[in-house]
Amino acid sequence: MTCAPVPYRVVRARTETADTVSLTVAPAGPSGLPPFAPGQFAMVHAFGAGEIPLSTSCIDGPELTHTVRAVGAVSAALCRLRTGDRVGMRGPFGTGWEVDRAVGGDLLVVAGGIGLAPLLPVVDAARAAPHAYGRLNLLVGARAPADLLHAHRLCTWATSPGPPHCLVTVDRPAPGWRGRVGVVTSLLNGARFDPGNTTAFVCGPEVMIRALARDLVHRGLPPHRVRVSLERTMHCGTGHCGHCQLGGVLLCRDGPVTGWDRAAPLLSVREL
Amino acid sequence: MTGSRTTAVLDRDGLDALVGTLRALGRTVVGPTVRDGAVVLAELSSADELPFGWGTRVEAGRYRLEPRADGAAFAHTTGPHSWKAFLHPQRERLWSADRTADGGLSYTEEDAPQPSYAFLGVRACDLRAIAIQDRVLTGGRYEDRGYRERRTGAFLVAAECTEPGGTCFCASMGSGPAAEAGFDLALTELLDADGHRFVVRTGSDAGEDVLARLPHRAADPRADTAAARDAVAGARERMGRAMPPVDLQALMGASLEAERWDDVAARCLTCGNCTMVCPTCFCTTTEEVTDLTGDHAERWQRWDSCFDLDFTHLPGGPVRASARSRYRQWLTHKLSTWYEQFGSSGCVGCGRCITWCPVAIDITEEAAALHDELADRLRRQERTEQER
Ligand code: SF4
Ligand code: SF4
Repeated sequence: MTCAPVPYRVVRARTETADTVSLTVAPAGPSGLPPFAPGQFAMVHAFGAGEIPLSTSCIDGPELTHTVRAVGAVSAALCRLRTGDRVGMRGPFGTGWEVDRAVGGDLLVVAGGIGLAPLLPVVDAARAAPHAYGRLNLLVGARAPADLLHAHRLCTWATSPGPPHCLVTVDRPAPGWRGRVGVVTSLLNGARFDPGNTTAFVCGPEVMIRALARDLVHRGLPPHRVRVSLERTMHCGTGHCGHCQLGGVLLCRDGPVTGWDRAAPLLSVREL
Repeated sequence: MTGSRTTAVLDRDGLDALVGTLRALGRTVVGPTVRDGAVVLAELSSADELPFGWGTRVEAGRYRLEPRADGAAFAHTTGPHSWKAFLHPQRERLWSADRTADGGLSYTEEDAPQPSYAFLGVRACDLRAIAIQDRVLTGGRYEDRGYRERRTGAFLVAAECTEPGGTCFCASMGSGPAAEAGFDLALTELLDADGHRFVVRTGSDAGEDVLARLPHRAADPRADTAAARDAVAGARERMGRAMPPVDLQALMGASLEAERWDDVAARCLTCGNCTMVCPTCFCTTTEEVTDLTGDHAERWQRWDSCFDLDFTHLPGGPVRASARSRYRQWLTHKLSTWYEQFGSSGCVGCGRCITWCPVAIDITEEAAALHDELADRLRRQERTEQER
């Protein structure tokens, strides 16, 4: 038995792509949940549909933004919400990115697809404290130009000197696309970082995480400095439902963010 | 738990009084009873309902009740039920949500009063299993409040094993057959020249208090206390099975790519029976239930099994699509990754998963086969290195 959710009100629902919406929610009553750190997640309840784990793509005081892709019944219900609608929220759960780990060094923020959402607060945090960090790189990959999330922000960053130093690539270009084509790993050559003093924050499909982390370690980043966010089914957020096991790791409790030193042996076993 | 501890003797009337007293104290007494050809756990209204005169014969994939001439009440082994059905029930409402008149939502946490249980006849392995579920469900940062309330309110009467079953291996897991801790009262049933009686030890102040209300006599150090110890020690020698005496955690960690998983996968039906009967398996899923008005929704939790194809999935589909990977998840979790997650083994050697597997898959046999395969692999590696 877990604590019941806290009601939140949708203050903004912005369409990102054909199947993705950014929902900004604020406490409906006098009090909300304790503060979220970048990378932590909430269990978000869509009335009558169910509950799913969602990370935050923006943390603005008590206002939280979740970027949701409609892939199942609950996420589809959340994507249909309008301003003023209510959701239930539990959290914050899990480990965060711990952006502080990168203080004094370069940052590599690498996102594939919807993986960009939980990384945006990392970019925001680094931009808010420019003197604390070295160079800030944001590398983004998507299937196609139409799938790029937060396209306006990416566009501004990619066409300005930064920070962040932003590079974008797509797997399949569309007419009019003048940017790069290829996997996100191919952007590493254009990134500006000193492998001996860099922390990487990586989120995306598991194949992409695997390829990218291996490449970074090959380039000399110590594995524990490659922070990856992993995904598995979650029903509770509190370490009790057992679904999010990945070997000895309970992702809702020991993750979702973990070092590549811990993740590598787990992700190298098929169907673990 | 403080205070001095007592050892005494109850006769059959004392056992009757135990059930009566616990009920009079407002407790729901649950214990073993014969139903549908098995010893199951159910609410008892009197000690008469205990399985007097019934034993069990168990083997991999087989369970049979057998009448006993001696009239013993606790000569059976673990059955298809475990105490988790009461402490961590199969279905439980977590919270409800209601739409309010002004378009809002309100959430109500489930806070129905929990039953005050007394469990009669808890085996040593099951005492350990309860302690393990305590750590999983209440030992971390978040606690399962319903579980904690039912658990802290429960009165535990252990029954030490004197007649182990063919699938039992608690001795090799260090969790039985003697009840060492975690009980309020512990019984050891004796049937000898001195008659049918129950040596009872207290394990808590609550246990002392209950014992004081029962007709009992002091235990004779030789005829009762030592006889009880001997009976339990005898059971230790007669376990039907044993886990291989190796570091199971390390064995599993080194066996993730073993060939044995294909062998067991060819037999396993992925039915999940083993997870349902296991007293430590705790996994659950949730479901949303709405009423006809559409203004009221409820969140329910129910047992789930890692053998279910849908247990964990990524956008691309199930993570563990093969039977091989699902059986591996179950076994490595029980014997290895449980340590990392909750600081102990997830197996107590109760034998239920062996008895109730429809195709007689045996966790001790699988562990032994994995051990043989690893030893073989290491030997071959050593040889190649020497040859180089
Ligand atoms: S091991 Fe036996 S009980 Fe468990 S899932 Fe396989 S067939 Fe079913
Ligand atoms: S794994 Fe099998 S023997 Fe071990 S505790 Fe669970 S049911 Fe009992």
